[in-house]
Formats: sequence, C-alpha cells, structure tokens
Amino acid sequence: MIVQPVLVVAAALFSLGIYGILVRRNAVMVLLSIELILNSVNINFIMFDTMLADAMMQGQIFTIFIITIAAAEVGIGLAIVLMLFRNRQTANINEFDLMKW
Amino acid sequence: MEIFEIVTYFVLLLLITTAVRVVTTSNVIHAAISLVFTLALTSVLFLLLSTEFVALVLVLVYIGAVIVLFLFGIMITRAPLGKNAELDNDKNKKLGAAIAGSIFFLFSYILVNGFDGEVVITSGSSTELLGEILLSRFVFPFELVSFILLAALIGGITLARKDEALIDEDQV
Repeated sequence: MIVQPVLVVAAALFSLGIYGILVRRNAVMVLLSIELILNSVNINFIMFDTMLADAMMQGQIFTIFIITIAAAEVGIGLAIVLMLFRNRQTANINEFDLMKW
Repeated sequence: MEIFEIVTYFVLLLLITTAVRVVTTSNVIHAAISLVFTLALTSVLFLLLSTEFVALVLVLVYIGAVIVLFLFGIMITRAPLGKNAELDNDKNKKLGAAIAGSIFFLFSYILVNGFDGEVVITSGSSTELLGEILLSRFVFPFELVSFILLAALIGGITLARKDEALIDEDQV
C-alpha cells in the first residue's frame, strides 16, 4: 500500500477541522471539529507506525493515549459548554465575550 | 490494481466526503452522525493497516462513548434541531477556507515530497505484543492516563452539577 494518499487524506481531515473551528458558531460544533483534528493525528501515527514497523509499537500506544485524552477532553469541554449555557442561555461562541476588552 | 488497494482508495474517498459533511452541514444532528461515519471509516482504515486493537478501541471509545456525550450536549444546550442557518459565522467563511486551504496545501506538499514512493507492508495481528509492551515498558504512562481520566470525571461532575448553596438562596 502506498503511503502518500493516506497522509494527504489525514492532512485534509486536519484542515477541515481547522475550517470547522474557525467557521462554526455553536460551541458543540467546535468540539466536533477538534475531534476531526485528533482523528487525523491518529491516522498519521498509525500510518507511520506501520510504515516504520517499530518493534516497540510506539505509534499504536501513542494513539491509544490520544484516544483516552480526547475522551477526557470532550467530557470537560461539554461540562464547560453546559455551564456557559446555564449562565448565558446560549451556546454561540461569539456571544461569550466576558474576557474581551 | 489489486482489490486491497481499491478498497483502501474507496475508504479514503468516503472518509473525505463524510468529514466535509461534518463541517459544512447546517443540521447539528447530521454533523454528529457524519462524525460517527468518519470515525467508523477511520477504524476500517486501521483494520486495513492491521492495527486491529486500535481500531476496536476507536469504535468502543469514540462511537460508543464520545458521540453519545456529544448528542447529550447537543440536546441539553437546546441547539435548534433540524436545519439552522445561524450555525455558521458567515463573516469567517472566506478567511477560514483560505487558512484551511493553505494548511492543506503546505502539509500535502511536504508529505507527498517527503515520503515519495514509500510503501507499507502490513504484517499480521499484533495485539498480543501490543498488550505486553503496554503493560511493561509503558505501564507508568498507562496508569497516569487512568488518573487523568479520574480527574476529568470528577472535574466534569463538579462543573456540570448545580451549586446547591445557590439553589437554597434562590439565586439560580
């Protein structure tokens, strides 16, 4: 299997995630886009792990850690969004300007 | 071209299509469902690269837990279900597309030139060896990650529950 198409698709997923973060207005949608970015990083790690045939399998182990940390991140992120929604009655990030000056 | 490569290219094409749907659809639920398909196709890609344990972890953790959490988040924050023209910040669309496009072209230029003609040879199952390495060489980060999950659990509960002192004083 040739490496390049998979790497290009991973780069495309990364830039789609960046686009989603910049364009979306709903905070939950921004978190969804962050998941896309993490997913593209996972694809890269697995691809290079298989390509280099590492005896310690560090790519796969790192991917498992990334998945775990992403689960924790989503839990905390959604809790924060829930708090913001409870206080401001909206989940649109352009209305959260409390720390702007 | 053998059937394995045809399947791989098909999976990659579907991956791009569903990922585009995640960031462009104007329906919140459709975005979450498209993310499910993106993750499932990523899992298929991992299976094609013969890393089956990571593929199963991806299905269990992401599709089983994270997406359910997202759907709860969408419903609790009362994001308008169905089509919603207010979902995107139209002012940022051009700028976002420009930044994302330049990042994509830079990355793919570097990756295509840097890994010209590299080939992946997939070997058989590796789960047994992965488990041994994870619980010997990487046992400390493994335990550390479980503590991070515990901290996230406690932090999430503390953040999301209502403050009872404020409820007593009728301030909520």
